[in-house]
Amino acid sequence: MLQIKSVYKTFNAGTINEKKALNGLNLTLNEGDFVTVIGGNGAGKSTMLNMIAGVYPVDCGSIIIDGEDVTRLPEFKRAKFLGRVFQDPMMGTAADMMIEENMALASRRGMKRTLRWAINNKERDEFKKLLTMLGLGLENRLSTKVGLLSGGQRQALTLLMATMRKPKLLLLDEHTAALDPKTAATVLQISDKLIKEDNLTALMITHNMKDAIAYGNRLIMMNEGKIILDVSGEEKKRLTVDDLLAAFTKISGSEFVNDRALLTK
Amino acid sequence: MVAFLNSLPGATAQGIVWGIMAIGVFITYKILDVADLTVDGSFGTGGAVLVACMTSGVSLPVSMVLAFLAGCLAGLVTGVFHTQFGIPAILAGILTQLALYSINLRILGGANLTLSSRNYNLLITLGKISKSLVVLGIASVILIAILYWFFGTELGHSLRATGNNQSMARANGINTDIAKILGIVISNGIVALSGAFLSQWQGFADINMGKGAIVIGLAAVIIGEVLLGKLFKNFALKLVAVICGGIIYYVVITLVLRMGLNANDLKLLTALVVAIFLAVPYWRRNWQEKRIKPVKEVEENAAN
Repeated sequence: MLQIKSVYKTFNAGTINEKKALNGLNLTLNEGDFVTVIGGNGAGKSTMLNMIAGVYPVDCGSIIIDGEDVTRLPEFKRAKFLGRVFQDPMMGTAADMMIEENMALASRRGMKRTLRWAINNKERDEFKKLLTMLGLGLENRLSTKVGLLSGGQRQALTLLMATMRKPKLLLLDEHTAALDPKTAATVLQISDKLIKEDNLTALMITHNMKDAIAYGNRLIMMNEGKIILDVSGEEKKRLTVDDLLAAFTKISGSEFVNDRALLTK
Repeated sequence: MVAFLNSLPGATAQGIVWGIMAIGVFITYKILDVADLTVDGSFGTGGAVLVACMTSGVSLPVSMVLAFLAGCLAGLVTGVFHTQFGIPAILAGILTQLALYSINLRILGGANLTLSSRNYNLLITLGKISKSLVVLGIASVILIAILYWFFGTELGHSLRATGNNQSMARANGINTDIAKILGIVISNGIVALSGAFLSQWQGFADINMGKGAIVIGLAAVIIGEVLLGKLFKNFALKLVAVICGGIIYYVVITLVLRMGLNANDLKLLTALVVAIFLAVPYWRRNWQEKRIKPVKEVEENAAN
């Protein structure tokens, strides 16, 4: 479903702030893979997701989604393959537009925008059904401006929007990091439910090692722009947080440094 | 006072003309979140194209359409400067505006060009105020209806999303460059249309007619929002509020001129008023922050 072939990306090349974010990254996802991604500060996790989404171009290498080479496609053209939820709850929705307007925009992801009316009544009913699934009471607030919702509500809505047109690949970039623990757990459960129901292929970055172990069928650990650990199936189910930390120290030869990960260990 | 009341219908008509222009400013400033200064040039372009066309024998409707298209073209240039040349929106607008000064001089063939209502059948004119008011009212309603429809379509929504949150827009497959260009094009088309109305109203077009248009447009947008924002939530009504803002602006201007303000000081006054209106929301926030009491004070109050 996704193939990343020897992708390199250096920020601020040739300056004192030079940062090799991706250093020959290789990754292949099979259809239906739900992969959790962990790694230290600056390991290249977010850069990897941004490269897949086309936020900025790669220096070299190629990215193939569902058999199509998207390496040179701009961000908005890759959108037809991808559902995305960002770390910042403000980023995934348009604050001054209503819930139904946001959903209508998302339901046309990757489609040509025409002069047809943006929302019809049939869609409104569908949106209501989908929102009811969230269990947050949003189904009665279709015409509420999204800016009035809480961070957790916005993130749950963004999840719904990212999956309502089935994406080839769902990208979750620490999408619960900005939420309080209880809301984060709810949003994570909703994510898991949506991914399982639609049998989606997903990449989820998390700073919480327990979550990384508990969710998904495969776990990858990144360090210095490369994947240093790739565990799946039964082996993953048996993993513990201590295993992960030990594996990190052994492979990278240094201590695992991720402020948030250590705090939530 | 009587003189002021007598001048009210005229001021209203002129206010509607500038209100139509302000709708163009509203599209860039409020919907796209782009400060587009092209309007100072494209307003004059609209007036110049209309007068130049009509004096060379083109019919009124065709002249109006050409004026609109000329404005769209000016907007296209700014949009391309901004999105394809990577020039910041404000600077892109200033560049186009500067270029339009030369272009407008070419179109006019000089600093000004007259269009006498005695020789031409015009839509609006100083001489027939009540007819002009009716025409402008109808024109505003049609314009607002078209925009209400457009911003309710899929394409219109993609413009709104772009102005709201570009990351979200792109993540949902919206080409934000195209959306911005399209918005700036439509905006300047409307601005030029308004310029075409003004040149008919005053019976001439001149090279300076668009000077400060952006500030007047902002004034109308902000006055409309401050005075009617609480009442008018619906998109169409928001556009009505902009037109009202234009009318109020012109009525106030007429009043202060009657009260003896030197007409040369008008732009100074307008700039100050707009600066203050823009500052008010910012000051209000700051004051609220200052009012937050330190913990100690709160505890002492509780103890009392």
